[in-house]
Amino acid sequence: MSILILAEHDNASIKGATLNTVAAAKAIGGDIVVLVAGEGCGAAAEAAAKIDGVSKVLVADNAAYGHQLAENVSLLVAELGKDYGYILAPATTNGKNTLPRAAALLDVAQISEIISVESADTFKRPIYAGNVIATVQSSDSIKVITVRTTAFDAVAAEGGSASVEAVGSAHDAGNSSYVREEVAKSDRPELTAASIVVSGGRGMQNGDNFAMLYSLADKLGAAVGASRAAVDAGFVPNDMQVGQTGKIVAPGLYIAVGISGAIQHLAGMKDSKVIVAINKDEDAPIFQVADYGLVADLFDAVPELNSSL
Amino acid sequence: MKVLVAVKRVVDYNVKVRPKSDGTGVDLNNVKMAINPFCEIAIEEAVRLKEKGVVTEIVAVSIGPKVCQEQIRTALALGADRGILIETDVEVQPLAIAKLLKAVVDKEEPKMVILGKQAIDGDNNQTGQMLAALSGMSQGTFASEVVVEGDSVTVTREVDSGSQVVKLALPAVVTTDLRLNEPRYASLPNIMKAKKKPLDTMTPEELGVEVTPRVTTLKVEPPAERQAGVKVADVAELVDKLKNEAKVI
Ligand SMILES: Cc1cc2nc3c(=O)[nH]c(=O)nc-3n(C[C@H](O)[C@H](O)[C@H](O)COP(=O)(O)OP(=O)(O)OC[C@H]3O[C@@H](n4cnc5c(N)ncnc54)[C@H](O)[C@@H]3O)c2cc1C
Ligand SMILES: Cc1cc2nc3c(=O)[nH]c(=O)nc-3n(C[C@H](O)[C@H](O)[C@H](O)COP(=O)(O)OP(=O)(O)OC[C@H]3O[C@@H](n4cnc5c(N)ncnc54)[C@H](O)[C@@H]3O)c2cc1C
Repeated sequence: MSILILAEHDNASIKGATLNTVAAAKAIGGDIVVLVAGEGCGAAAEAAAKIDGVSKVLVADNAAYGHQLAENVSLLVAELGKDYGYILAPATTNGKNTLPRAAALLDVAQISEIISVESADTFKRPIYAGNVIATVQSSDSIKVITVRTTAFDAVAAEGGSASVEAVGSAHDAGNSSYVREEVAKSDRPELTAASIVVSGGRGMQNGDNFAMLYSLADKLGAAVGASRAAVDAGFVPNDMQVGQTGKIVAPGLYIAVGISGAIQHLAGMKDSKVIVAINKDEDAPIFQVADYGLVADLFDAVPELNSSL
Repeated sequence: MKVLVAVKRVVDYNVKVRPKSDGTGVDLNNVKMAINPFCEIAIEEAVRLKEKGVVTEIVAVSIGPKVCQEQIRTALALGADRGILIETDVEVQPLAIAKLLKAVVDKEEPKMVILGKQAIDGDNNQTGQMLAALSGMSQGTFASEVVVEGDSVTVTREVDSGSQVVKLALPAVVTTDLRLNEPRYASLPNIMKAKKKPLDTMTPEELGVEVTPRVTTLKVEPPAERQAGVKVADVAELVDKLKNEAKVI
């Protein structure tokens, strides 16, 4: 059975999340075809062709797909997807926006955020903020699936030599348009791909105090995340939120600073390999998942940590 | 204009849910239930649009067993004008929920449907997008700002890279993110008034919608437990452990 993957890309390059999704496709097994839908996306398509394990790349290069609006891309995915056994996308905001729409057009269910492939039709996925893992079996002829990227190790970005084929269909639903985007600029690694993440919570008190975490992160080559409380309070922008309803991360090292450890936060980081918690309350629930807990005032501990690295 | 809001009855977000020991399901005995937090945000947004004079009528819809009336009553107390319960004792999956909501959309012809971006039990994050597909509407998912102007709505969306603004022709589907608004509490007089607001009940059969599940849950289990960790005395010990024991820095 062939597998169609909706690539995560920015026209110029392929995003790492695509490589994790190819890994999930390999676990399912079958011919892997990657769809790059965008405008002026030739470079992204070339990059997709080099991904290990990909046999073909379909490029839909058209103004209608320029900003990857779900209304338009879902029509394309539904048209092309009819001939596949599986349609996959990473569970990024892009994948989550477009794939359910394509599934509904095909009159099939979507299985959200799988964390493992048990067999051709059976998958595991977390529910209830990760407090429960469900094993689910699909009876649909086309299985539409989003992939939790942290659960699958990325395949190599190089080494493949897939053919690249243009697909002509331009679908423009005509009921939505792109206005603008505000992209958070940062020289630090991407939150979901970083091997070390330093996160701050309400205990940081304000946005200025995050400077301590940025300098710690720069010493460690880390990304910076936050709890919902820190985002809601306006300390940092929304794209930094880690948790059930934010980003899911699983770095080698996660350092939680001034974060209490609510279940919704734990849902986004408890699969990290090593967890460090710095909190002045020794009963904070974050210590229940921390490998190394430091009961201390963060305004003493973080500067000290900074100067000892 | 008329707005439809979908409200789901879920386990309260403070409850730590556990699977039953035989793996057949989740232990929901005597567990506190509530409106899904994202659906509360959806109602609040509709009510604010009504207060601004943009919206004239708010219809709250819930799908599930009879007890979902409680969540509809809460929505009515928060400011919805009337409720619709689509009553079923079957666990209905997102595609079927979307088909049921489409049937209601066909009858009610709202200009906008507001849903939560995800329900905190199933964590599917699908229903709004599916409804938009089935009814041919535009979609503004993960909304942090909603501005209606004439026959279009401008939605600011929370996306991985920051935020994105899209302009959608009405009718449109909007799904709410956490930063859209802070829901109010229902006042006692409004709770009393809500009891008198109209609440219609219909069934999937009456709407002619097939709700047979496409996905079967074979078993549920707890996630892998983390090994209990240690407390370190000071920053020096922490740095030492990270360097020499965990070898992560
Ligand atoms: C529908 C829904 C979805 C949600 N989704 C998410 C999500 O995706 N991600 C998320 O994070 N949350 C989410 N939440 C919120 C979650 O329930 C918590 O409210 C939130 O995680 C708390 O953030 P916090 O730990 O920063 O704040 P708090 O719980 O207030 O904790 C602050 C901590 O800082 C410590 N502290 C204070 N000062 C100092 C100091 N000087 N030194 C050391 N320690 C200090 C305190 O002891 C405390 O433990 C969600 C909630 C709901 C209802
Ligand atoms: C352990 C477990 C086992 C399950 N097993 C089965 C099974 O075997 N078969 C089965 O059919 N289902 C089963 N379910 C239910 C199913 O998985 C989902 O809970 C359900 O399909 C809805 O998904 P969601 O709410 O996560 O959707 P989401 O797409 O996350 O919901 C987004 C929004 O859609 C709206 N919405 C969703 N549901 C409703 C509703 N009922 N009424 C009004 N608005 C709504 C709300 O606005 C909500 O905020 C099971 C659930 C669990 C937790």
